[in-house]
Amino acid sequence: MQPEFLYSLKTIAYIIASATFIIGLKRMGNAKTARSGNLLAAAGMTLAIIASIFIHVNKTADGYETVETSGFIYTLIFAAIAIGTIIGWVTAKKVQMTKMPELVSMFNGMGGACAALIGLMEFHHNLDNTGALLAIILGLIIGSVSFSGSVIAFLKLNGTMNQPIRLPSYNIINTLVMIGVLAFGAHMVFSGTHSTTLLYLLFASALVYGILFTIPIGGADMPVVISLLNSFTGLAAAFGGFLYDNKVMLTGGILVGSAGTLLTLVMCKAMNRPLSNVIFGAFGGNAASGSGPDVKGSIKDLSVADSAVLLNYSKKVVIVPGYGLAVAQAQHIIHELEELLEERGVEVKYAIHPVAGRMPGHMNVLLAESNVDYGKLVEMEDINPEFDQTDVVLVVGANDVVNPAAKTDPSSPIYGMPILEVENAKHIIVNKRSMNAGYAGIDNLLFYDPKTSMLFGDAKKVLTELVAELKTM
Amino acid sequence: MTEIINFIGNHQEIIFFIILSVFVGVEVIGGVPTVLHTPLMSGANAIHGVVIVGAIIVMLNADPGDYLALTLGFLAVVLGTLNVVGGFVVTDRMLEMFKKK
Repeated sequence: MQPEFLYSLKTIAYIIASATFIIGLKRMGNAKTARSGNLLAAAGMTLAIIASIFIHVNKTADGYETVETSGFIYTLIFAAIAIGTIIGWVTAKKVQMTKMPELVSMFNGMGGACAALIGLMEFHHNLDNTGALLAIILGLIIGSVSFSGSVIAFLKLNGTMNQPIRLPSYNIINTLVMIGVLAFGAHMVFSGTHSTTLLYLLFASALVYGILFTIPIGGADMPVVISLLNSFTGLAAAFGGFLYDNKVMLTGGILVGSAGTLLTLVMCKAMNRPLSNVIFGAFGGNAASGSGPDVKGSIKDLSVADSAVLLNYSKKVVIVPGYGLAVAQAQHIIHELEELLEERGVEVKYAIHPVAGRMPGHMNVLLAESNVDYGKLVEMEDINPEFDQTDVVLVVGANDVVNPAAKTDPSSPIYGMPILEVENAKHIIVNKRSMNAGYAGIDNLLFYDPKTSMLFGDAKKVLTELVAELKTM
Repeated sequence: MTEIINFIGNHQEIIFFIILSVFVGVEVIGGVPTVLHTPLMSGANAIHGVVIVGAIIVMLNADPGDYLALTLGFLAVVLGTLNVVGGFVVTDRMLEMFKKK
């Protein structure tokens, strides 16, 4: 076949793939069409990959050239794709739904690493082209930051690295390191250096910056960080597209870069915190210490048996699931409790705060996994007016999202964050592991409310006991 | 300065392309309900796996005798595939749960 024809075929494949990315993302924005949108984008991606492998024709100044590639290289490519597919498929299928955020983070890191490796390999082929070098070095830096940052986010989410680690004046150190890495990158682009050592040194310093960038940020903010690193990887892919003048990489990369940035900002807005606040830290740092309510009342402890009675004789119960429920993997047992109460004529709903769980929307995914009826999950704006007609609110492993200080105490670090107004209900039962403060590191006045009773213990264990107790009644 | 301006002039198509794509990305995500943020992020994560196309190009152009390049390229293709396959599969698993009961 004519090289020109083959080249055009490849271009058409790329155009179709780019369109599927855009339409796929659009469809993912609606619960009804989301799944088909994802599959559409996946089909487009497959097409783009197949076209890239099998049609190897380049456009040059004087026409088209078909590049001969050895069978050995093709074997390597197929082997690599097979390995990646098997590992990716099995991990994605097997992972528990509660572990899903860290998995997304891991896959994101893989993409970043891929972009960084491309940069490492292409540097020496483009020494005479400043524009290409710029794309290579930026792709290398951003990809590396995304990779090491995602690994840290992964470790934080799976609990290996619990506490935010803050070097003294880490903001200044991080900013200096960032400027240093960028200056180093500029040197690589403009000085005309050929040094492989320097290239690897840049790679290493970008990796270090990724670690420094992520390490001070607390576990509960990881979703925002992952979303940000996600858009970084998109950007790195786009630089690859610029380098090869490859439009499908450009579309995919930029689309994710801009959509990811917007998504990051939307997540921050749900927590009523500017992005700078997440990155440069406010909670648990200097800003939070010293603030928070001083008022101490008495805490009322409630037994499992009493809680069961209270729930059993209510008309309307609202469950507020939080991070603690996700950690304890109590999504199935909470559904059992809900069904048991419904059988006895109690109306049960779930109040979902926008940032409940470990990622926005994570709680919905978890509860959907345990077959909770989609219609029972009520978003914050819709459930708030219902609390004053609610007999019992059962708060499971949530803290900051039900802290009235967000409305009443301007000195509180979470002041202004929209919360679930559970204090309007007749009774509030709070299940927590201990009296430890929530992520924001501040006390919760709700726990001292005369209407509130505390039910201490691991969410899964306590709820199992509660269900057993209810069954005897 | 002249260089920068000429660079823009010489790459104008791609620059127009980038500007329009940025707006498409923002527009496409606008007004998405919170419930779908996690699957959407995961889906977008899979889409930037398109970087694998770059890794494939590197491999195809590599010198069969350059083992360092081949090793790095091989690794890049494995990582890119992980990003693509894992990303789409995990997104599908999340969205599967949203289907009407």
